[in-house]
Amino acid sequence: MSVAEAPSSGRGSAFAGAVGGDELTIVEPLIFDRSRPDRRAVRFPSASAAALESAAVQPELPASVLRSRALRLPEVSELDMLRHFNRLAHLNHAIDIGFYPLGSCTMKYNPKVNEWAARLPGLAESHPLDPEDLSQGSLELMWLLAELLKEISGFPAISLQPAAGAHGELTGMLMTRAYHRANGEGEQRIKVLVPDSAHGTNPATATMVGYQTVTIPSNERGGIDLHALRAALGPDVAALMITNPSTLGIFEDQIGQVIAAVKDAGAIAYMDGANLNAILGRFRPGEAGFDIMHFNLHKTFSTPHGGGGPGAGPIGVSKRLEPFLPAPIPTLVTGDATEVRANAWAGRSTDGARFALDDDRPQSIGKVRSCHGNFGMFVRAYTYIRSNGDAGLRTISEDAVLAANYLRVQLHDTYDLPYDRLSKHEVVFSGRRQKREHGVTTLDIAKAILDHGIHPPTIYFPLIVEEALMVEPTETESLETLDHFVGVMRAVADLAASDPAALKRAPTTTPVGRLDEAAAARRPDLRHIFGGVDAPEAPPSAPTAEVPTT
Amino acid sequence: MSYSPHTAADRERMLAAIGVESVDDLFADIPTAVRASAWDVPPPLVEQEVRTELARLAGRNRIPEVSFLGAGVYRHLVPSVVGEVIGRPEFATAYTPYQPEVSQGTLQSIYEFQSLICELTQMEVATASHYDGATATAEAALMACRLTRRTRVAVSAGVNPDYRRVLETYCSGPGIEVVTLPIDVTDGGTGTTDPAAVEALGEVACLIAAQPNFYGQVEPMRDLADAAHAGGAQLVAVVEPTSLALLAAPGDDGADIVTAEGQPLGIPASFGGPYVGLMAARMASVRQMPGRLVGATRDVAGRKGYVLTLQAREQHIRREKAASNICTNQALMALAATAYLVAVGPAGLREVAELSTTQARHATAALEDAGLARRRFGGTYFAEVTLKVPDAARRHAALAERGIVAGYLPERHDPALRDTLLLAATELTTDDDIARLLDGLEATR
Repeated sequence: MSVAEAPSSGRGSAFAGAVGGDELTIVEPLIFDRSRPDRRAVRFPSASAAALESAAVQPELPASVLRSRALRLPEVSELDMLRHFNRLAHLNHAIDIGFYPLGSCTMKYNPKVNEWAARLPGLAESHPLDPEDLSQGSLELMWLLAELLKEISGFPAISLQPAAGAHGELTGMLMTRAYHRANGEGEQRIKVLVPDSAHGTNPATATMVGYQTVTIPSNERGGIDLHALRAALGPDVAALMITNPSTLGIFEDQIGQVIAAVKDAGAIAYMDGANLNAILGRFRPGEAGFDIMHFNLHKTFSTPHGGGGPGAGPIGVSKRLEPFLPAPIPTLVTGDATEVRANAWAGRSTDGARFALDDDRPQSIGKVRSCHGNFGMFVRAYTYIRSNGDAGLRTISEDAVLAANYLRVQLHDTYDLPYDRLSKHEVVFSGRRQKREHGVTTLDIAKAILDHGIHPPTIYFPLIVEEALMVEPTETESLETLDHFVGVMRAVADLAASDPAALKRAPTTTPVGRLDEAAAARRPDLRHIFGGVDAPEAPPSAPTAEVPTT
Repeated sequence: MSYSPHTAADRERMLAAIGVESVDDLFADIPTAVRASAWDVPPPLVEQEVRTELARLAGRNRIPEVSFLGAGVYRHLVPSVVGEVIGRPEFATAYTPYQPEVSQGTLQSIYEFQSLICELTQMEVATASHYDGATATAEAALMACRLTRRTRVAVSAGVNPDYRRVLETYCSGPGIEVVTLPIDVTDGGTGTTDPAAVEALGEVACLIAAQPNFYGQVEPMRDLADAAHAGGAQLVAVVEPTSLALLAAPGDDGADIVTAEGQPLGIPASFGGPYVGLMAARMASVRQMPGRLVGATRDVAGRKGYVLTLQAREQHIRREKAASNICTNQALMALAATAYLVAVGPAGLREVAELSTTQARHATAALEDAGLARRRFGGTYFAEVTLKVPDAARRHAALAERGIVAGYLPERHDPALRDTLLLAATELTTDDDIARLLDGLEATR
């Protein structure tokens, strides 16, 4: 992937595609509607006469295997194509345009030097199956990144292979089962405990591995109910999956007891590392006794979210789980690890050092992805960690926590704060007061925030907070931005009191207004139909509420 | 180098507002017993220094001057305009379009992606993307199990061995049995899957077969689909997207689910990722599909717009009852594939496919003429070809030292294929590349 240096968007805080204003109204047609027969953009060379003559003696593709119908891709000029996508780009909100306090997603600045690094031809053009002699740079980079992630997390072993956080969870749960099976307890341990504040991926992952999910309630302080946890633990429990700091933005201060109880019961302690951004240099999950944790490189380590991926979800594991890691693993096969690290930290290569992929791992769960993982994300994350270094990583968490706590105290009079404790990476407010007193929902509040050029917080999650507004400011937002957000949140609350109907109409300055999601689900229109022929219909579904959330 | 905007005065103001003395007070909730001990992380680097370090690592790779390596990852032209599109920060630095009013760019581009994948494959519905071709294929197998309520899947040995490993891993989760349908890899054999062997597999949820297969061979897909359907199984077709400009669309061959690695569509090799997994299916199966879907709808004023839809399948709604745990996928890579397909258009994709097949045939004929190689299998092939080459492993290594990668060594995963090379050609393969391969093999004879 080659993400270019950011061009300037050329627009201010209000959305350029606004339909409410009378200036620019961008309604971009589908690319198919711009197509004209025989129009071209990119062209390719012709085969040489010699090649055609030589190829003619080889077997042709028989008519029976050839495509029988036209391929109706759009036919456009390069400029028209570029304008189409640039116009679409103008319809998006993004970190590079404005504040994006989407809780649990860590929407921090994505430094551009990381993009420069990922585009270096020596890395971007490296083929994953090239002979190892030709790939020593890629392998060294992966090995060094794993070494740094070990230091940061306190785990003795790492796999970089999983492609996203949920994929890391799947890897971790497959390893959990492999571990119990190796101990002869595979049949007996069938349950995975998940707190009620967990991300939806946790229970969904447990199901993919054939486990039953048991939900553990939270206590009145927003932590896990230790009594309920202890009561649920037993010889049938495979693992606890816990997010720490939690989705309430709270550090689990009973974490020592939690880990001890889980391990005493013979289960695996899994930490969802989505919120690692708050605890760099302060808490190392591996050191504290966790068995497995996934990292989200696209959160903590600032690889761009890309509109929904690519991410990367490496996992760190304890010694007892190391044999089960996905294969292969980049390994230093010749050379002293301490020396190679020291040299790399000083910007030097080590003479004679050699890296290889270790695929001889008999207890491995296997591969979870083709090749070696989302390597381009490894390049960015490595660049980011080296740029920040020791001091910078600590500053990330300090400033992220500072910002979240600042917003907590600035807004806790305006919105209810069900768990009024120290915040870590984020703070979760509730819009229940606004709902009760003025009949406006958190969805209305979110839509009103859009009209201020700010992306709303995550809403309706975690599920244990009524009308939740989950705010994660991150460390890269200036005090002026934070103060502006505070002003907006107060203005929206004031509007909820003075003119609730106005909130129901929001947003009015965005490229489109509120969209009919129920209609979209009832009559799915999932692709362009050429010539207007009706698409086959999806079978009716069981009625399930589609609540907006992340 | 820190990206923090805060001055000392800013921090003081914030601490004062919070009512604490120091930032350490904000971490007082971490019990002493579990606080982090010292770590060994190197000091910060400024941009100039970190560029030097990354240039050092990039320089430690040797990008071959000539390469015939494919085996699932192909070096195609990445048009400049594709890099420009995915470099737009409004695409690159946005997240999942949870707020559709400010995400129409991402949402409409995904709708266009879904439309393009349906047209390419002649299927009725395509997802917003998966991690890669291997995980898309594994998820397709699990989907087929949900659709048929069966717990065994069959996979042709002609499917990429990496995909088969990932399939095994995924299926081990819910305890689904994977049976492998061999292909004829004997010298002079077909190199393809035998439709007559499908019946003996017994009751399976699906048959997974690749077109072209890992060895470049063109499979009898229609017959495989018929054989799978005769036993009540789904056909999962794993395709190579550029081939679809020439080869029959899987939807026309009777496939029920189609998966593919989208990397050939404008995405660099990048040592294995990020890529994009494609998945398409019949509309009747949509509610069992994993992953995100974008649909068209109207806003309050009746204007057309796009939203994430049919979310009742997904983890954030359904939790333990979801069709998959997938959350973050590969949206920006799907955008690259979209921009690529638009940039090259139908004529360009056909040129890519035709030139690739021509150069593969030119290379094969040249090596056969020189007595350096001959085709291992009968039948026909697309743009990748399995050649019998004496002493292949030694010569492959010797050529690599000269900056020539003579394809993939199939013996890396199948000892029965000793002394063969799997050579891939694309539109970037020049006549000169072929001459240099020939010279190299000649010199190592």
